[in-house]
Amino acid sequence: MSMTTILQHCLTGISLGGAYALIAIGYTLVYGILRLINFTHGDIFMMAGYFMIFSLASFPWPIAIIITLVVTTLLGISIERIAYKPLRSSPRMSIMISAISVSYLLQNMATYLFTAIPKGYPEIPFLKRIFVVGELSASFVTVLTPILTVVLVIFLMLLVNKTKTGIAMRAVSKDFETAKLMGININGIISVTFVIGSFLAGVGSILYFTDRMSVTPFSGTLPGLKCFVAAVFGGIGNIPGAVIGGFFIGIIETLLVAVGYSTFSDAFTFLLLIVMLLVRPTGLFGEKTVEKV
Amino acid sequence: MSTILLKTEHLTMQFGGVVAVDDLNIEIPTGSIIALIGPNGAGKTTAFNVITGGYQPSNGSVFFDGQTIGENSPRTKMKRIYNGSDKTVFTHRVVNTPDRITRLGMARTFQNIRLFKDLTVFENVLIAKHCHIKAGMLSAVFRFNHTEEQAMRHEAEALLKTVGLFDYRDDKASSLPYGKQRRLEIARALATHPKLLLLDEPAAGMNPKETEELALFIQEIKHSFGLTIFLIEHHMNLVMDISDSIYVLDYGKTIAVGDPKEIQKNPAVIRAYLGVEE
Amino acid sequence: MHVKRNTILTIASAAVLIGILYWLSMHQLKQGMLVSIIQKSIIFALVAVSMNLLNGFTGLFSLGQAGFMSIGAYTTAILLIPVKNLDGVYYVNGVHPLIRAFKIFIAESPAWLQSLFPFIALLIGALLAALVAALVGIAVLRLKSDYLAIATLGMSEIIRALCSSPQMDTITNGSYGLNKIPGFPGMFGGLIPPMATPFVVVALCIAFIMLLIKSSYGRAFKAIREDEIAAEAMGINLFKHKEMSFVVSSFFAALAGGLLAMYMRSIEAKTFSISLTYDILLIVVIGGIGSVTGSVLSAFLVTASKEWWLRFFDHPLTIGGWEVPLFRTGFRMIIFSILLMVVVLVYRRGLMGSNEFNWDRLLGRFANLRRKKKSSQGGDR
Repeated sequence: MSMTTILQHCLTGISLGGAYALIAIGYTLVYGILRLINFTHGDIFMMAGYFMIFSLASFPWPIAIIITLVVTTLLGISIERIAYKPLRSSPRMSIMISAISVSYLLQNMATYLFTAIPKGYPEIPFLKRIFVVGELSASFVTVLTPILTVVLVIFLMLLVNKTKTGIAMRAVSKDFETAKLMGININGIISVTFVIGSFLAGVGSILYFTDRMSVTPFSGTLPGLKCFVAAVFGGIGNIPGAVIGGFFIGIIETLLVAVGYSTFSDAFTFLLLIVMLLVRPTGLFGEKTVEKV
Repeated sequence: MSTILLKTEHLTMQFGGVVAVDDLNIEIPTGSIIALIGPNGAGKTTAFNVITGGYQPSNGSVFFDGQTIGENSPRTKMKRIYNGSDKTVFTHRVVNTPDRITRLGMARTFQNIRLFKDLTVFENVLIAKHCHIKAGMLSAVFRFNHTEEQAMRHEAEALLKTVGLFDYRDDKASSLPYGKQRRLEIARALATHPKLLLLDEPAAGMNPKETEELALFIQEIKHSFGLTIFLIEHHMNLVMDISDSIYVLDYGKTIAVGDPKEIQKNPAVIRAYLGVEE
Repeated sequence: MHVKRNTILTIASAAVLIGILYWLSMHQLKQGMLVSIIQKSIIFALVAVSMNLLNGFTGLFSLGQAGFMSIGAYTTAILLIPVKNLDGVYYVNGVHPLIRAFKIFIAESPAWLQSLFPFIALLIGALLAALVAALVGIAVLRLKSDYLAIATLGMSEIIRALCSSPQMDTITNGSYGLNKIPGFPGMFGGLIPPMATPFVVVALCIAFIMLLIKSSYGRAFKAIREDEIAAEAMGINLFKHKEMSFVVSSFFAALAGGLLAMYMRSIEAKTFSISLTYDILLIVVIGGIGSVTGSVLSAFLVTASKEWWLRFFDHPLTIGGWEVPLFRTGFRMIIFSILLMVVVLVYRRGLMGSNEFNWDRLLGRFANLRRKKKSSQGGDR
């Protein structure tokens, strides 16, 4: 394979990685605060794809994007209120089963409303404009994705480290009970977490689906799982880690497909997960916790 | 001359930068009742956890019933940050899991009761008999070990009768009143056929009368089951009443060892508990 | 309590069920759909019970049932497809010579071996899955519950990728799937008709699992579920027992997978996607985590509902000329999902909670109803 092709694939990989990174952040944030693997995150991402399809049908693209992001965020918060909040004091298995059942519901709802036949994702003209640099060509969205990802992450890190809300978020993820006793509005913080996570998933969804041609009700399952692996890889609860994990998986996956092992590209991600959990369960940047007897 | 059932040598446990247990050297003769006391956070439960195999010691060794059940020396990261007072190098490394140590004859109760909440009182005790089962899984499934199973059940029933919980045997463990839950935990530990029983604050939350009853109870079971007892306790009456010898810990270090009379008069102990007089 | 009465009731109901089965096998042609549904239900009952053993009784949140089912299904299918159909099935790349040779060997072996062979095939599939579980277990069983869930999910997907990969074409026929799988064989030379075979097999398996649960090892599993640290302190080797539960659960999941292959007559990797595991989880949750009888009842309820009664929701319904809105394809799955959520959020213990079916309880309920009725009818007569 020529150098150009490799670079071309790297570019695609980085772009895919950017979308994955945005979604992975959602997983890592929710896990950090609720110790819950948000199985529905991938399906929220999928629904965002459908929201975009329908908004673009009726509105110009700037408004459509806003609508999609708002509705996706609302969806995320509603799920938290309806399916997770009532189970906050239940054993961990219950809340995970709840997450799985919401995921199930979303997929079935999408199948019912939109049928399982892939729906074409509309083109946003300026995003699909092709740039040519030397021998490399890429659509605008491919270049935009990683840049936008980095910008959003920087904003997020500023939020988490410098604002009161951010400090509250970190307090809650370190020690739920004490944070409550200190007067932090737990429900508010949890909602903020889901707002951020869903918002980023919405953005990621727009960037991701613009390069694919279609959406199906099951488009969210595999990317969702992969992004969770990315979050684990980087250290669950750690935002920059999730981002690095997202890029890592995006690039490797693209390269694997390029060399012809596409069936294994998915399996690779899960193999990575199992290896990570065995060798370094806290991920690249995670912290160890000791359970007191 | 009685034998030493449990012995720790320079036992040190360090978490990150904190030395929770520093150079602990205890000897527990067979048939005695030894107490470990000290202010909160002194490292008593940590000592229990290391002795029972929950943690690997940062340094030191543990002997039980004639064999070394735990031994370690600072390695890799711990080597750099090791801060314990004793620097004796222990050449061997012996690792044991809590279940193996229990099967060797050391049982324990927990500071915060850890019963099998949703299971019945009877099941709680019966499960503790599983560790000595001889039959394999298939044997047990097809009931080839019928005699063994019946024996386990009879023993569990007898144990419940001895501790006075037989009438509650079909009740859920979590439905028992607090005092009876503590007794159930002890009964459960007894079901594993221990030689040494470690009790972690058995009188916690009890009033003086209950504590007195507990003292009698401990002495009774010690006689009936031929036990050696090692306990952590804050209720001084209980400790002074039944202990043969007391170790006092403060900030991980051993500040006094002796019989109840000596300890009560020991100025270092008084200072640790009450602070220095102005 | 009332042991004699209960035993008689149980034997009586078993006799009734066997009678119904017998009647059905006589009228198989006319009752085709009913037979098909209860066969599918009983197979799912076995998977649900195996999943309950692991998740409900041992407290290990594993989402890998579909993966083990696929091992059982593929192994059974590969071993059972008749020699004469091999070229038709493996039409793209041909079948592996070793497989063909083995099949020819079996086809030429004595009759008793041939009639036993389907069951041997089921067993081989189950043993293979047990082996995989043993190996995977060493790696994943020490993970915390959340991570275990995702790790087993991932394992399931890896197995699926392997089964459908082009590299395995000559063995599993890659992404083309396997068909021409023979249906259920009869047992004991026709004494038990083919249609009833899955019931006999599943009944034996569930009996094994129940015996295990009621044994000392089953109690150890429950201890691990309740409090691992306390269980370990009581001398229970955590890894050994978790591995045991994992391996046994996978064994039976694979056996059910093999039965499923015989039931469906053709399988492909897509059959064993994560959705299948979710379906089984649904059955387990509705039936009650920690109840074997709950899982069995729920399997029948859910499978029957899905196939039969709720097809009602999937077709346009007109009442007196007015078309009821919402009723079209896919609506029943939404009803299902909402049902699942209601159970998870409201009726958390499912149908039976963690209790097994108990004649005393059932009859006690009726006695209470009669008592209530009597008192509402006023005083003593």
